[in-house]
Amino acid sequence: MKVTTVSQRIESEGAVMSNTSAVLDTPEQAFAGLETRDAHAWFGKHHALSSVSLRFPAKSVTGLIGPSGCGKSTYLRLLNRMHEFIPNSAMAGEVLLHGVDIYGESVDPAAIRLKIGMVFQKPNPFPAMTIRENVISGLKLAHIKIDNEDDLVEKCLNRAGLWKEVKDRLDASGGSLSGGQQQRLCIARSLAVEPEVLLMDEPCSALDPGSTLRIEETIKELAEKITVVIVTHNMQQASRVSDYCAFFLSDGGPGVLVEADQTRKMFTNPTDTRTADYVQGKFG
Amino acid sequence: MSDVTIPQPTRPWQRKRQDVVRSAVSIGAVGVLSLVIVLFTGFAGVDGWAVTVFLVSVLLIIVRGRKMSVKERGNAKVQLFITAAALLAFAPWISIFGSVLVKGIVGLKLNFVTSDMRTTVPDDELNLGGALHAMLGSLLMVVMATAITLPLGILSGVYLTEIKGRFTFLVRFVIQSMSGVPSIVAGLFVFTTYVSATHGPTAFGGSLALGILMLPTVARTSEEVLKLVPDDLRSASLALGARQWRTTLMVVLPTVRSGLITAAILGVARVIGETAPLLLTAGSNTAFWFNPLKGPIASLPIYVFGMLQIGTEYAVNRAWTGALVLMLTVFALFFTARKLGGKDKR
Repeated sequence: MKVTTVSQRIESEGAVMSNTSAVLDTPEQAFAGLETRDAHAWFGKHHALSSVSLRFPAKSVTGLIGPSGCGKSTYLRLLNRMHEFIPNSAMAGEVLLHGVDIYGESVDPAAIRLKIGMVFQKPNPFPAMTIRENVISGLKLAHIKIDNEDDLVEKCLNRAGLWKEVKDRLDASGGSLSGGQQQRLCIARSLAVEPEVLLMDEPCSALDPGSTLRIEETIKELAEKITVVIVTHNMQQASRVSDYCAFFLSDGGPGVLVEADQTRKMFTNPTDTRTADYVQGKFG
Repeated sequence: MSDVTIPQPTRPWQRKRQDVVRSAVSIGAVGVLSLVIVLFTGFAGVDGWAVTVFLVSVLLIIVRGRKMSVKERGNAKVQLFITAAALLAFAPWISIFGSVLVKGIVGLKLNFVTSDMRTTVPDDELNLGGALHAMLGSLLMVVMATAITLPLGILSGVYLTEIKGRFTFLVRFVIQSMSGVPSIVAGLFVFTTYVSATHGPTAFGGSLALGILMLPTVARTSEEVLKLVPDDLRSASLALGARQWRTTLMVVLPTVRSGLITAAILGVARVIGETAPLLLTAGSNTAFWFNPLKGPIASLPIYVFGMLQIGTEYAVNRAWTGALVLMLTVFALFFTARKLGGKDKR
């Protein structure tokens, strides 16, 4: 059997720079209000991401999949203006939230990040704060006043699936929890400011299988209320947890969006041969 | 198979160029306006300048603040406060460097760095004589002090971070209290224990005193950089079957090589301007003295001190030039240390 490497195949098809534009919202699934149009990203001279146009459906989980270095994390960070903290980074194109370009001149990036929350790869609860303080830290940091903190703490911890485990030790340090619990605490912390969209950058890659399962359950529950975008390099995870998938790929040049569709279709009957190869585990 | 035209990379989060230009123009306008006011009114001198610039700046701030929204104004207030505080903190530095530069540049001629004071008296014209002997003396003593202190400092850093022995607390305590020792005390200590017991002031005595002052700086900086070595590297080496001392010598220390060089440079910068201990331990001389174990030796700080003591016009000029050379040396050292220190962190 003749084996062609992926890059060879990409070259032969010459389609890497094609301008894939994906619309994931359908009449059945409402639009989340978040979309990118022709989005590019650079790190210094290195063109990391090229021309990604994607509309996200509301109240669902969208998985960004692809091999490492394909720009999926970069794309995620572009969505809530975390990209600009990397020195020498640059971007082009539009990221629209309810029709407003979040990179526009009069936009306050802090307000955007309040609406589009983020959970990181490594659990990062604030070590100097208790569990309770960690949950409401977002409100304190953004000067938001609320009437009943206790109710909010309970609600957020419940939604993150952590309440039962920590309700008796809310005043313990966030660092005293296990890795999986810490990550769920970080999810609860993000939920406290009531974001419309929650971005997750490989939230389970530092965790054991048991904790991963708990987090995936949490993610599915979250999607009943908010829009979740999750980066994962674990295809099983993408197939378990996501409703929609977007496949990114780079042939050494900038990463591009190859295909985006319902997860079921992406894993059973993808349009692009490269997607088929990736989800079947032929590379990546 | 459509080719995409790649757009120009943009950085929407950076300040717009027109904003930067506008700020520069308004700062320039403040300067010009103040100049006009100082020229055409009774304000004069440094005080007049300061008052005028301050008032015009306040005016500019009020004018610009009126156009802003509440949120922008809040931001601008904090920015203004920080800028003002930074300028205030910078002022003494500018003042010191400025006056040393202005007064020192007068005597900074080629002969200052090529000849000594053997055949010249301090009152001679500035194109005669120089401070070569003092520079060489400082160099010799600092090199000897570094040679004594660097191994000791690195070893105590290694003891504190690698060996973590029973006396860790004691060593750390001693190093910390040593960094508070007044330099004259270090000088007196060497004077009583070494100088008066041997041949009087010598280069070696001077470097002993400088070494005492250098040691805490070198040891603490070494400890800090050694702490930055990830434990994974130590584990990796130990897991290859290496003994601890081989691990330290071949893995840990090379990893922070530039950090350790920084430690040495910071130590040198700490002592190169020390005057008091050298008065007691090294003495002074009009020419470079080659024997470090016998006979007094000149150094830059003592040269400056001596010239100031004489107090005539040319002597004081020489003193300022010496101070300028000393200061440039310290700047060069700190600059090198920063360059090297930055390399480790990438």
